[in-house]
Amino acid sequence: MGMSGTLRTTPLHAAHRAAGAKMVAFAGWEMPLHYGSQIEEHHQVRRDAGMFDVSHMLAIDLQGTGARGFLRTLLANDVAKLREPGAALYSCLLGFDGGVMDDLLVYFLGADRFRIVVNAGTSDKDIAWIVAQRTSGAGVDVAPRRDLAIIAVQGPCARKKAGRALPQARGSSERLHRFQAVAVGEMLVARTGYTGEDGFEIMLPAAHATELWNTLGLQGVTPVGLGARDTLRLEAGMNLYGQDMDEGVTPFECGLGWTVDLKSSRDFIGRAALARPAARQLIGLMLLERGVMRMHQAVRCDGGEGEITSGGFAPTLNRSIALARVPSTVAVGDGVEVNVRDKWLRARAVKPPFVRNGKILVHG
Amino acid sequence: MTTPDNLKYTSSHEWVRQEADGAVTIGITFHAQEMLGDVVFVENPAVGRKLKQGEECGVIESVKAAADIYAPLSGEVVAANAELTDAPEKVNQDPYAAWMFRIRPDDPAELAALLDAAAYQKIADAEKH
Repeated sequence: MGMSGTLRTTPLHAAHRAAGAKMVAFAGWEMPLHYGSQIEEHHQVRRDAGMFDVSHMLAIDLQGTGARGFLRTLLANDVAKLREPGAALYSCLLGFDGGVMDDLLVYFLGADRFRIVVNAGTSDKDIAWIVAQRTSGAGVDVAPRRDLAIIAVQGPCARKKAGRALPQARGSSERLHRFQAVAVGEMLVARTGYTGEDGFEIMLPAAHATELWNTLGLQGVTPVGLGARDTLRLEAGMNLYGQDMDEGVTPFECGLGWTVDLKSSRDFIGRAALARPAARQLIGLMLLERGVMRMHQAVRCDGGEGEITSGGFAPTLNRSIALARVPSTVAVGDGVEVNVRDKWLRARAVKPPFVRNGKILVHG
Repeated sequence: MTTPDNLKYTSSHEWVRQEADGAVTIGITFHAQEMLGDVVFVENPAVGRKLKQGEECGVIESVKAAADIYAPLSGEVVAANAELTDAPEKVNQDPYAAWMFRIRPDDPAELAALLDAAAYQKIADAEKH
């Protein structure tokens, strides 16, 4: 990985520049915001296939006879569910007070090997935390994999086009179920993503990233920047760490209660703090008037006040949508008001996702 | 041609064109739409509203941010471009054709005092670096 000024750059930095990307600072990295039109890139992913450089995210390998037991203590979801090699799981990493330190995907690679993929902005903190929680004799090595690049290929035609670009992985990747991964040589191909569309996330040695990027381009997969990544994930009702959740909220206060496994008796970090009922919840909002909801705007509702945690214009719905933290008394279908540039505009509470697999699931 | 010579400009990135009937037409510059990214929402001042130079009188929202529009001149709003309500993307496609509103100026001297293309281009260039 290189450096540009004080910002870190991914192995695809030159490719982004060559494609005319508008580069911006994001979590300490210089990343593409868009390559021309953010809205066109959004539609491309909903209708065909787009590719994202997400190499700023960090893969961390955990290996050893104690790896599974350690992860069962470390994560709020239970890796005991990962029985077959290649199986993946979404989980929160909690502090002792039940606050969300990060959200991540964990992959069972086989035998005593696991991989987690964490957010760029939290990766240093995560590693320090993980190492600190590892007791002596835990029997687990922790290896950050900055030698890997990560390319996401997303959209209804993503798997087909990625299969053409990766003939060596085609057979094995075609058979993948959602939330399943397969190792192909030095590459890990996972049927996961952050857009609400089908597709793959591909981890591979940094030295091979540009070749894969260009090969995908030849198959008609077009580059998509962080701007469209954000509107796609917002339409898909997926949280962004640092906006929709942080250490100040529990999974139950940010719509991620479903990822907390309380069925087993295991004593995972943060569990004790989750006993008290949540006074707040994360809901979806659809704006019923013209305007654009944005992060930090105030929400007025029957049970009190709330705040927009992520808001914007949703290209698929052609209107503004948001995620908002509001009192637990607010129910789906309720009318609320949002303070958009000093005007109180009407919005309706909805259950995310707003869009999944190209289909609009909520209606104003 | 990102800053046409025949227009006047403000440091807040509006362009102003003198019309034959004495009114002026107002929009946002190529540089402004480039900084904003895809425009998704345009709110114009109501026809008949009396504006003071520098007054906030409209909003352009993009995928990225909201930008206030300021009256480049004092005067009465005589027209607003309703086409932008349904097709805000025209601001990106051709910012000098996608006009926002027209004013009948109170004081023609205000128009003469606005920035010319060369002076505005310097401001735009400085923001890019």
